[in-house]
Amino acid sequence: MKLVYEKSKPGRRASSLPKHDLPTPEIPDELRRSSPPRLPEISEPELVRHFTALADRTFGVDTGFYPLGSCTMKHNPRVNERVVSLPGFRDLHPLQEEDASQGALELMWRLQEILAEIVGLPAVSLQPAAGSQGELTGLLLMRAYFSDRGEGEQRREIVIPDTAHGTNPASVTMAGYELVGVKTDPRGNVDLDDLRGKVGPQTAGLMLTNPSTLGLFDEGIEEITRIFHEAGALMYYDGANLNAICGISRPGDFGFDIVHFNLHKTFSQPHGGGGPGGGPIAVRERLEPFLPVPAVVRDGEAFRLDYERPKSIGKVRGFCGPFGVFVRSYAYIRSFGPALKEMSEVAVLNANYMLALLKDAYELPFDRLCMHEFVLSGRRLKREHGVTTLDVAKRLMDYGFHPPTIYFPLIVPEALMIEPTETEAKETLDAFAEAMLAIVREAAEAPELLKEAPHARPVKRLDEVRAAKNPIVRYRFEEHEQPHAAGEPRQLEAQKGA
Amino acid sequence: MLETIGIDSVDELFEQIPAGVRLGRSLDLEPALSESELVAHLTELASRNLDTGRELSFLGAGIYDHYVPAVVDAVLARGEFLTAYTPYQPEMSQGVLQAIFEYQTAICELTGMDVSNASGYDGTTVAADACYVAKHATGRSKVVLAETVNPQVRQVVKTYAPGFGLDVVEVPHRNGTIDPDELQAAASDAACVIFQQPNFFGCLEPAPDLAAAAGDAGALAVAHVDPVSLGVLEAPGAYGCALAIGEGQSAGNYQSYGGPHYGFFAARSEFIRRMPGRISGETVDSNGERGFVLTLQTREQHIRREKATSNITTNQTLLALAGLVHLSWLGPQGLRELGETCLALSHYAKERLSEAGLELVFPDKATFKEFAVRAGRPAKDAIRSARSNGVHPGYALGRDHAGLDDALLVAVSERRTTEEIDRLVEVLTA
Repeated sequence: MKLVYEKSKPGRRASSLPKHDLPTPEIPDELRRSSPPRLPEISEPELVRHFTALADRTFGVDTGFYPLGSCTMKHNPRVNERVVSLPGFRDLHPLQEEDASQGALELMWRLQEILAEIVGLPAVSLQPAAGSQGELTGLLLMRAYFSDRGEGEQRREIVIPDTAHGTNPASVTMAGYELVGVKTDPRGNVDLDDLRGKVGPQTAGLMLTNPSTLGLFDEGIEEITRIFHEAGALMYYDGANLNAICGISRPGDFGFDIVHFNLHKTFSQPHGGGGPGGGPIAVRERLEPFLPVPAVVRDGEAFRLDYERPKSIGKVRGFCGPFGVFVRSYAYIRSFGPALKEMSEVAVLNANYMLALLKDAYELPFDRLCMHEFVLSGRRLKREHGVTTLDVAKRLMDYGFHPPTIYFPLIVPEALMIEPTETEAKETLDAFAEAMLAIVREAAEAPELLKEAPHARPVKRLDEVRAAKNPIVRYRFEEHEQPHAAGEPRQLEAQKGA
Repeated sequence: MLETIGIDSVDELFEQIPAGVRLGRSLDLEPALSESELVAHLTELASRNLDTGRELSFLGAGIYDHYVPAVVDAVLARGEFLTAYTPYQPEMSQGVLQAIFEYQTAICELTGMDVSNASGYDGTTVAADACYVAKHATGRSKVVLAETVNPQVRQVVKTYAPGFGLDVVEVPHRNGTIDPDELQAAASDAACVIFQQPNFFGCLEPAPDLAAAAGDAGALAVAHVDPVSLGVLEAPGAYGCALAIGEGQSAGNYQSYGGPHYGFFAARSEFIRRMPGRISGETVDSNGERGFVLTLQTREQHIRREKATSNITTNQTLLALAGLVHLSWLGPQGLRELGETCLALSHYAKERLSEAGLELVFPDKATFKEFAVRAGRPAKDAIRSARSNGVHPGYALGRDHAGLDDALLVAVSERRTTEEIDRLVEVLTA
């Protein structure tokens, strides 16, 4: 399909702008644009058709089942899009005076209260833009907290299990901490013996996802908490998998001091092809003074922004954070109320049902009931038929499904990480399981069918190695190299998803 | 389903959670609302906000009331774009990958750069990203911020600085803009210099001289730019910047009380392997047909973990797509006209306010769409009185700049009319 730039014709345009008869002031020569940017020149009908064609070549939750593990690809209710478009939200300037933004401030304050109740921690900042920024914010809070206590120099290490999302170690580095890895035991829990040897006066904190990326609730959580709190360290809860436990268990109650939420996972902000997200954090009382400014506070009947927080780490993002995301997530939660528990129950039920249908045909590295997602291994297919997890993923596309997350977590070879979510009907779960089972049969009978998959998508497998070796990351107009046929496309057997 | 799983009740699924950490009560939340009740509740909340359709607004200071064309809404309402995840499986996501590639091209064209990522969170966090890239590219740990950079951008850089191991130095303005010699002196041993064009006061910086001053000191020049200014103002790449960053909201996003929007991050090609975030790249499929993939992923956290160039995963793709659609709607001619319209209207506002006896804070400085004017009384009083007449006259600069307690920062987008500007003059001089 052509790029929008390749459809461009000189002189065409879609826009009309207000006319006026004012003189245009001169811009000093050295500051004036010397050659115009080569933006598309295209009529509105062609513009609409172009982006419609691109949408047709994109698969969303609206298109079909999208069991990408750790991503919580649930249905996004359309009423949320309606309310976020109300002019009182959509066209509100972030520096509008407080008396003229009471509705926005109240919405944020209410969302803070709700999030605090869901995780059992009293103080919330909505400001971080996404989960990974929530992580970094949490680590900067730890730095500020220990520095304030005179322990900043001493506590340099953050402990992270080997099942963690890549964002955790990356955030540790960005926060200027040192990473200490800890192993997973044969039941899929944090290895407590390994952990005990790694926690001490040098430890600032733990980062833990629970349920873990294996889809398992850590059965040793009470002991983990004891180890960290006895060492005077803090505990950070990565909320990527919060969809499993809303109304059932609260990280604040099992000892965590800092929690981030992924509003785009648990609370249905649409993923938008990569974003936006929202990564609020909730903390215990002793960390509240360090939260980003401004805080959204209630004064009697009125709501206001409080900048007077002398111990605050500062700002991690502009204004109060991604407000439109708050509107959608607030609306989503209000449509459930206390029945958020049922959301999590059905998410866990759906995952266990699908696990039961698939665990004999694939390998299950940790044979337990799962939470909201589970991880299978395609190792046997590789050993017996030379078919990889990547091949399984590509073949699923031919059955009309988005593949699960693959090659993650790293400790499971040929991993397939499957998260059905609570918004899928049993028939969809059955159809997906049937496809997964059919693929196992195909692997034995006609493995080339898998190796050459997908057969029914707009493109065949793409050469990722070529893209990385000779990066073409923008259109170059007349100088743009025309693509030409290469040999076998080479994919990277690397994590895709999560 | 329970029978297939081999259990008798849903409760059994949660037995792996130790009894001591189960909640054992209902969440204390208000009862569920039906869809119509939900709309009524949120409509009531929204009604207590005075949006820019209900109050004539000259507020800017980083977020602007530009027109968002209808095609942007139409494209963003497509469920495939709205509900897709990050395009990890390219065969499922050619549309969004191509859109990102086209967005990257648009940002490179606007900024005169070779490479753009798929977006950062907003105009503040991309500045922190730039410091991180500069630190690793130069091995230096000092960063220099022009005091004329948006205060929120500077605050975010300072928040990130302890984690990044950065020392932040600020260079004061001289009559509204930065002095290149002073900047060069501050930039010795610095990893990068960040300046903003047009700057926070709306003034045009001597940007080519600032970039040269940074370069002479061995620091990377980083320009923080407004995308809708780049039809009339020179591209940072044309005057030697290493990186160009900015807040994308002006191009294609509603004000939305400050977010979600997109930050853009563009660089010269030598920095491609140090870029933070997603990048879409062109390649071929097994039939030799063109296709797109997320590329250079060995920079990223899911592959490189603690050695990644950034921890970013979720970005602002949908908002960046809005930017691409808006810029495609404008085209080069529309972008230029938009810039000229902002220039002409804001110049008209400056003239009218001056004629009415109000003093411009930096009268000899060229501006783009925003300028600082003294209200002749404390700005907060002027704002209160103007608002009682239905006009928000602008941002009180005294909120973050000492000595400017009487100054308003007035933004004039293409949506304002000369009649509305006359009304502003009337209420400010009443």
